Amino acid sequence: MTESSRLAEPDITGAPLSTADPRVQRSIDLVWREADLLDRKEYVAWNALYDEDGLYVIPIDREAQEFDDVLNMVYDDAHMRQARVTRMIEGYAIAAVDAAITVRTVSRFIPVEVSDEEVTLRAAQVLVAFKRGVHDLWAADVEYRVRLGDEAGGRDDRLVRKVVRLVDSDGAPPAAGFLL
Amino acid sequence: MTLDDIASEAPADLVRANRVAGRMYTDPDIFDLEISKIFESTWVWVAHESEIPKPGSFKSTHVGRQPVIVTRDRKGGINTLLNRCRHRGASVCEVKSGVANGFTCPYHAWSYSLDGQLRGIPYPDGYEGVLEKGDISLRRLRTESYGGMVFATFKDDIESLEDFLGDAKSWIDLFMKQGGGYPLKVLGTHQFTFKGNWKIQLENTTDGYHFPIVHRSWMASVDAETADMMSFMTDPEAVTHDLGHGHSVAQMVPEHTDLGLDDGTEPLQRRFDGVVERLRAQGVDEAEIRRLVRSIHGTGFNLNLFPNVSMSIAFFRTLRPVSVDETVVEHIAIGPDGPPEVVGPVNQERLRAHEHFQGPFGFGTPDDAEGWDRVQRGAQAAPSMPILVNRGLGREKSGPQGWATSHITDETGMRAAYQAWKEMMSDD
Repeated sequence: MTESSRLAEPDITGAPLSTADPRVQRSIDLVWREADLLDRKEYVAWNALYDEDGLYVIPIDREAQEFDDVLNMVYDDAHMRQARVTRMIEGYAIAAVDAAITVRTVSRFIPVEVSDEEVTLRAAQVLVAFKRGVHDLWAADVEYRVRLGDEAGGRDDRLVRKVVRLVDSDGAPPAAGFLL
Repeated sequence: MTLDDIASEAPADLVRANRVAGRMYTDPDIFDLEISKIFESTWVWVAHESEIPKPGSFKSTHVGRQPVIVTRDRKGGINTLLNRCRHRGASVCEVKSGVANGFTCPYHAWSYSLDGQLRGIPYPDGYEGVLEKGDISLRRLRTESYGGMVFATFKDDIESLEDFLGDAKSWIDLFMKQGGGYPLKVLGTHQFTFKGNWKIQLENTTDGYHFPIVHRSWMASVDAETADMMSFMTDPEAVTHDLGHGHSVAQMVPEHTDLGLDDGTEPLQRRFDGVVERLRAQGVDEAEIRRLVRSIHGTGFNLNLFPNVSMSIAFFRTLRPVSVDETVVEHIAIGPDGPPEVVGPVNQERLRAHEHFQGPFGFGTPDDAEGWDRVQRGAQAAPSMPILVNRGLGREKSGPQGWATSHITDETGMRAAYQAWKEMMSDD
């Protein structure tokens, strides 16, 4: 970083998007509902929060925006998400049967784009996973894109994109029996 | 056959024909001996040549517990350098991979070339009469390659890499045929840590016995053709060979041992219809499409190379011992390296298949890791009680090549690895 750029005035053109915007509030409600379902391991209900074209991604490259031609930890479309739900609940996967207890906090919401149809948010997620006496910390920046539905109260709002960018995405975390 | 306690024996005697001592997983003193007598005394895999494709390319990795940088120098040579400044010991590189002109220590700016030579010392007057630049360099490990697989060793006086690989070389040649006429390149790497001893992973690669049990969840999630392909438990043709030097190979899908052999009768799997159509649209001829698509699942075997790498179906698996009860595993995705319009659709399929099984959130890896964690935890109980590696001893035979061979569900590969362990851990 050069001296001049460090001293430059911050860009304050245009009013910042507010978390008080009702469309943003609906989206945050959906994100918190999703976080709660994942901690409670209610995977069928969790999957229902995604639209048919929704993507659930945990990349290895924190900078990646496109995921087709790179290796990811998770890159789930509707088909893979359904298979993952089945894996988590059917009882064959020994990692899922004996999964860590997780508690996650999602906060530091920043509205990135807001329209009557879609809301894009950036957020921070701090997850603690507890298993056999060990607390593992999983910290991530998360990007959410929420498609707003027509029903009152946001009952048909759906996730169309969730990208979990772990702080140690190219490191060697423990193998997990839960979802981020 | 006796299963008496052998735990109090000297390290080299902890391995018997049918069992190994439980404390081989739990004893920190044995672990320290393994680091010096195995990982710092034999050939250890460090890279695939595609990871360092051009002059200046480098990757950071480890040999045993010691951090190294693998570099391609200006002349195209491959170097394995200890990642430790010769001045006061700081690491000279903390980047995983990239392209550089050399390495400069951040502490006092001693700078080194890609082959490790000391090139620059700031304010050199203090070293007049004390040190000549040409006298020291980053420590360079002996480095040799076979079939694109790069290995390094601390020992200048051991056999050549080719002699060490021995009969495994022909299997490496077969493995590389999955490029479908193109060389292979690394596409990406999954890493994860498990709380267990490194040998628990070493055993796993040629352990066909665990597959339908631990990986039942993965088997239930794939298409019927893929599940059928991996249903080898009662296939008499599915066997494991002891290749010597600790290396072994497990042939899960014998008909895909040599992907260069194809009588044209095997239908391509329907799950790949989309990629076939994409390749046809690019004008790729039918024979090449068949070669590439038939190879998407990789070869039909797992080749386990003692002590730290396996070439497994469609990927490389490395293990890095961190401590007696912690190991880092890498699953390295590979695919053909050719024109993007040809290999692009193929490698997308390979990446998705890799994601499906491997990595911290795959449908396979977490279940493996859970099993290995449980071995480490269970082995704390009665460390004097042996671990059994005797499955199939009664039906193991010597094949025409002289390789001890038994069914793929047998423990022939483990016995092969432990014999090499025993030899390396012996004092003489």
